[in-house]
Amino acid sequence: MKKYLSFFRMRLTAGLQYRAAALAGMSTQFVWGAMEILLYRAFWLEHPERFPMGMEALAAYIWLQQAFLTLFALWNWDFEVLESVKTGSVAYELLRPAGLYSMWMARALAGRLARAALRMVPVLLVSSLIPAPWGLRLQGSPAVFGLFLLSMVLMVLVVCAYSLLIYALTFYVTDPNGLMVLSVAAADLLGGAIVPLPFLPDGLRQAAALSPFGSMQNVPLRIFNGDIPLPEIPAVMGLQIFWILALVTAGYFLTRNGLRRAVILGG
Amino acid sequence: MRLYLKFFSIHFRSAMTYRASFFLSCLGHLLITTNVFLSVVFLLDRFTSVGGYTLPQLALCFAVILSAASLAECFGRGFDAFAKILSQAQFDRMMVRPRSLAFQVLCQDMKPTMLARLLQAVILLVWAVNSGAVAWTPAKALVLALMILCGAALFFGLFLIGAALCFFTMESLEVLNIFTNGPREYGKYPFGIYGRPVLLTLTFLVPLALVQHWPLQYLLGRGPAWYGVLPVVSLLFLIPCVLLWRLGVRHYRSTGS
Repeated sequence: MKKYLSFFRMRLTAGLQYRAAALAGMSTQFVWGAMEILLYRAFWLEHPERFPMGMEALAAYIWLQQAFLTLFALWNWDFEVLESVKTGSVAYELLRPAGLYSMWMARALAGRLARAALRMVPVLLVSSLIPAPWGLRLQGSPAVFGLFLLSMVLMVLVVCAYSLLIYALTFYVTDPNGLMVLSVAAADLLGGAIVPLPFLPDGLRQAAALSPFGSMQNVPLRIFNGDIPLPEIPAVMGLQIFWILALVTAGYFLTRNGLRRAVILGG
Repeated sequence: MRLYLKFFSIHFRSAMTYRASFFLSCLGHLLITTNVFLSVVFLLDRFTSVGGYTLPQLALCFAVILSAASLAECFGRGFDAFAKILSQAQFDRMMVRPRSLAFQVLCQDMKPTMLARLLQAVILLVWAVNSGAVAWTPAKALVLALMILCGAALFFGLFLIGAALCFFTMESLEVLNIFTNGPREYGKYPFGIYGRPVLLTLTFLVPLALVQHWPLQYLLGRGPAWYGVLPVVSLLFLIPCVLLWRLGVRHYRSTGS
């Protein structure tokens, strides 16, 4: 465990170096969030009765989404890992006295945390200064906030386990790009990235919530803004845990089997 | 022009060499824009209208911005990815060749996968045009064409600014995304939807509303005919873009690598 922790720390420090990129990303995210809120404002002013949640709750959703974008964006692939599987340099990793899957997991977690840590504070700070109902306000009780934090942790694990599954599948397909493109599109649509899930039409909404993508940003953001009522929280977090177990198991065995199949040419 | 076409065919063929990856990245672009449009469809399904616009009218608006942006991204890629040209010192080589610099930058890089997006925009456009959102006249058809072409020119101007700034910063400025990728995404709704400050910014500062919001009012019969001429006026924006580019070229010092 200790070796994974230190590997995690190493990747985290490496990720924290990209400060200029984070600054630029932050300013765009801020404009993005503002535009998104202005857009929903137009809908809200016209038909407030058809809004599935309050404007303040939606604003909280959008600002958190912008602040933690790099934490749950599926397109944040680790191209070094993908490349290592494609070129076969993954063989070097096997020389280390550590499990490949666990090492990938430590790497994925660290990469996401580092990027998010650099970006989230200013976005959270500025958005909480914006007057209600357009700004970010703490919603609900301290207990809900605690559940939100817990569900954020689960969410990051779901996202990482999903990316690792794609990396593992790279052992079997020659070009993982297709899988990646499809995953990103599905996650955008079903994960509540382009439109929060409650705004989706019936049928699609329920299906999306059950899919692995529905266990990503959708859950913590809607726990935070009070859109998922307290009694339903155990069920949705249970579903998150289910997806973590399912994705980790699948990824782990695919990696192990893929390694066994893989023939690494010397040279 | 002949030379330009030759370069285009080179870029197209080089993209086609990796056929699977070409189609996959086309698919990727298509899925992203489909998702953007689906978000409009879902929201309109719930709210029926926004700011007095219906779905076909919004589709028309999105199709215009999408075609303009994909034309600019396909052919203006050289300027869009200019930081790479600079950092690899390819610009030095260009300066000694007997062709204009802008022309060479244009030829340096193109992005044929964007044509997939253009195709999608055209399909959307055909649907929107046939849906009866607009009472078409030859004048209105002309305005529509102007919106797309001048819109492409504006996006191109923005790439030019980005490239010119690269001379001073030596790296690409992500912040400019706000005015390039941003409008492509947010142009799915007429800019007036976002409120007055946004509309004014996009009218007078970066005049994208002149190819989208204002002429759209004319097409939908909500504004006077002179709104239809505004896309041409927006081309004035290209003057400062070109000046900045010239300034940048004069300021250029090779990285020497």
